[in-house]
Formats: sequence, C-alpha cells, structure tokens
Amino acid sequence: MNDSVRQLYQAIIIDHGQSPRHHGALPGATHEATVDNPLCGDQVTLRLVVEGDRIRAAGFEGQGCTLSQAAASLLATRLTGAAIDDARALVDRFTAFVREPAGAPVPEELGDLGAFAGVREFKSRQPCATLVALAFTRATGGRG
Amino acid sequence: MDPTAWRADFPALDQEVHGRRLVYLDNGSTTLKPRSVIDAVVQAMARDCGNVHRGVHALSEAATAAFDAARQEVADFIAAPPDEIVFTSGTTSSINLVAQAWGRASLRPGDAVVATALEHHSNLVPWQLACAERGADLRIAPVDERGRVDVAALAALLDERVRMVAVSHVSNVAGTVAPVAEIARLAHAAGALLLVDGAQAVAHLPVDVGALGCDFYAFSGHKLFGPTGVGVLWGRARLLDAMPPWQGGGEMVASVELTGARFREPPHRFEAGTPNIAGVIGLGAAVRHLRRLDRAAVAAHESALHARMLAALADIDGLRLVGRPELALAAFDLRGVPPHDLATILDRDGIAIRSGHHCAEPLHRRFGLTASARASLAFYNTAEEIDLLAASIARAREVFR
Repeated sequence: MNDSVRQLYQAIIIDHGQSPRHHGALPGATHEATVDNPLCGDQVTLRLVVEGDRIRAAGFEGQGCTLSQAAASLLATRLTGAAIDDARALVDRFTAFVREPAGAPVPEELGDLGAFAGVREFKSRQPCATLVALAFTRATGGRG
Repeated sequence: MDPTAWRADFPALDQEVHGRRLVYLDNGSTTLKPRSVIDAVVQAMARDCGNVHRGVHALSEAATAAFDAARQEVADFIAAPPDEIVFTSGTTSSINLVAQAWGRASLRPGDAVVATALEHHSNLVPWQLACAERGADLRIAPVDERGRVDVAALAALLDERVRMVAVSHVSNVAGTVAPVAEIARLAHAAGALLLVDGAQAVAHLPVDVGALGCDFYAFSGHKLFGPTGVGVLWGRARLLDAMPPWQGGGEMVASVELTGARFREPPHRFEAGTPNIAGVIGLGAAVRHLRRLDRAAVAAHESALHARMLAALADIDGLRLVGRPELALAAFDLRGVPPHDLATILDRDGIAIRSGHHCAEPLHRRFGLTASARASLAFYNTAEEIDLLAASIARAREVFR
C-alpha cells in the first residue's frame, strides 16, 4: 500500500468514518446548515445548540466519503462545549491547514483534526475534508 | 486478442502516474486521443487556420474542405446523409438544442415528454426546463433491478399527449443497452418522436440511425476518441427543416435585414457563429481512426475484457454491481469502502476510475445509493489491466478493515 494512502487514511479517520460520533438528529438546535459537494455527492448537515457564547451541543447528519464524514465527526466532537469564538478560530485554522503544503508542521491546537495532515497531498480530496467546516461557517452566519 | 498495436496509437497511454504505469479505466468520462486526432487538430491550428465557409483564400478553403470532410466522415459513421449532421459542443448541447428549438415549436401546454429513470442529467434536465417553459408534463419510465428501462411500463406512459420520448442508448451507470428499435416503434405508434442519447454507445456499438428508427441521435466527440467541446446532433431532415433556430448569429442566416432574417437550411440553421473548427476536424479524424480498425476484432476484444472485468468483480467479497452491465463498464458499491475513497486509493496505484453519481443521481437513488465507483473500458485496455484493477480493489479493502 502506498505510503501517502496510509498517511491519508489514519486509524482515527477510518474509525470516525465508520463509526461517526455526534451523528443523528439534534433536538433544540439553534443553528443549522447543509452543504453539498456536487462533484461527489458528499453531504453534511451540521446542527448546533448555542447558548450565549457557548456551543452546548453539536451534531451532524450526512452521507459520503470517509473523509467528509470523519471530519464532521471529529469536528462535532471538538465543537461540543466550545466557546463560539474558539470554535470559529479552530474551524478557520483547520480549513487553512488542509490547504497547506504537505509536510508542514501540524498545529498542536488542531488536536485529533491534525490526523487530516495526509489530505494536504490530495488536492482533489481537500473539499471533502473541509465540507463540515463550510457547514459550520454557514450555520453561524458566515458567507463561507 | 492483443491490443498492443492499437495502444501504440495513443500517446497518453505511455505514461506513469504516482510512479505506476497508467491504467486508464475512466473511458466513460472521456476517452484518450489517438495520434491521428492530435495531428489533425494541430494541422487545423498550425497550418489550415482559416475560418470556414467564408473566405476565398487558401487557408479558408483548406479549413472548409477539412471541415466538410469531417461532416461526411461522421455522417458515414452513423449511416446518415451529411445534411442531417449538426455540429454542437457535445451531447448536452445537442439535447438542449432539440429540447429548446423543437420544444418551442412543438410542445404545447398539456403535452408530455417521456424520459427514463436511468438518464444522465443531460437527457433529463433539458426536458425538465423545456416542459416547465411550455407547460408540458415530464413522465418517467421506471428501471428494473437489472438497470434496464422497463419497456412495458414505458409503453403504458405513451398516449396521445406524448410528443417526445428521450432515452439513453447505453446507460452510463448500469451499462445496459436500450432496445431502441422497439422503443422507436412504440413511440411512433403513439405519435411521438424518439431522441436517443448515444454518448456512451458510439464508442462501443455500431450505430445505424436508420436501422435504430429514432428521430434524433446525440453524441460527443470526446467519448469517441476525439476532442472535447465538439459533438453531434443527428436529426431527420424533415424534422430539422421544421424546427426554428436555436441560437441566432452569423453562418445560420440566408439574408438579414435590420429587423428580421431568413434562415438557412439545416444543418447550418443550427450552427450559429464560427464553429469549433479544429474540434470538428479532430472528431472527423477520430471517426476515421475507428473506421479503419478491424471493428469485429475490436468488438470481440471489448466483449472479452468486459466479461473478465465482471468475473473479477464478482470474486470480490461485498461488491455489488449497479444493475447487470451488458457492455463497456461496471459501476459498483463496495461494502465498507466509500467510492470516493476507493478511487483515491486506486489512483495511487496508477488506476483511473470514476467515483460519484456520474451525473445520474436518480438512477443511484433507484438502487439505494448516493454514489458508486465505475470502471469503464475502451478497446485499448488489456486483460492485465483488469487484473491490476481487481488486485488494487482487494488491497483498498484492507485499508478499511
């Protein structure tokens, strides 16, 4: 198996792709956005329960490739309980990170999302990884 | 059958991707181009670079001669007269031309168009638009478990309100072949016309539009070893004659006054503006290339390759085909490995396949899928490449265990 492929499909990504966390309906959601990748049919609906300046709960539904679904699962995990400003900063950092040159250092603040380091080498797959980030931006009122 | 000699004509085959020899199995998306097509396009751009049907000078005459020869070549390829060959930018624009120009003249409120559940978006959306504009209904014939048009159900949709039936000759996902002649008889008996989307057929099946009995036949150059941006609409002369123009401009007019114009005869009426000259000449060269091959040997080789591919895929645990493909391609779902991820992993082994819904969302929904992986063949593929495909799919599964 090709090394780049192994780098791309790290165990945590396969795990979250196959067994997504925070998946399903989210009662009481205050924010919601659905984004599609018409090229491949990936779809993510991200929902948030925001109270004051904090995200009390995050959940998603969707379908598509391992990368789009694993990213949604990992991000929803991080968003849960986060301050909205911190969440925005994290999403922006993740989106920028995915487009950085392969081999650049992985920012520590990304945590588990740093597992997406491998996608920096797969340009055609970067929109899959950032689909949930776009959903977050749209759900929270950004233009994305 | 050894396709080595055929392969030598295709320079794109002779390359490595990600350090592996290219295995190109995405021919349903676009085919590679033989040297003869590349040379024809280069000559049209490098030497015979005049406009067509306009100048009396040498370059214009050379371009016009090559352009007209291409129209004749394409006409012979589908056994039609050249004045029934309209050059377009591709299958999509061929179908839009009919939906818009024919639709404007012939679709009335309350009329109906029948399409099928396996159509590519290009043979569905133009009809949705035309029907919405004209106040007509769009009826959809269902598809069976094998991915074939349910002809009895289609027949049941035909009544005196139906003006047009639109079907694909070969499904770009299920790989099934529609019984075009039978559907033509049914459509005509109901007083309707038949348009056939031949985009996936022309590279694999001999096409004789008279024998098929349809009224319009659309296809693209780039799925036929020719350039992108050029395609063909064949239509019966009397139907083209009765159709108003689609787009207005130069080349399509007989005489122009400031507030009105008289239009030329078909096919020129439907070819407004300077055409894709190099593209048309390249398409002519592609057709000439194909017609010079031993077509029986090509068909036998493709058929053997397809059988080998189906057998190899059948051996893979958890792999489910979309329908029962009859030629050229196989789309499939591999349990536990999303199609997009599979295509990425295969790409790193040098193997090009397509993943997604292949512009046929409704058909995927019919089979309970949102996407599939698709391997599609051309005559230059080899048995060894099929074996590499199967081995690479097996390795991809290991990643997802």
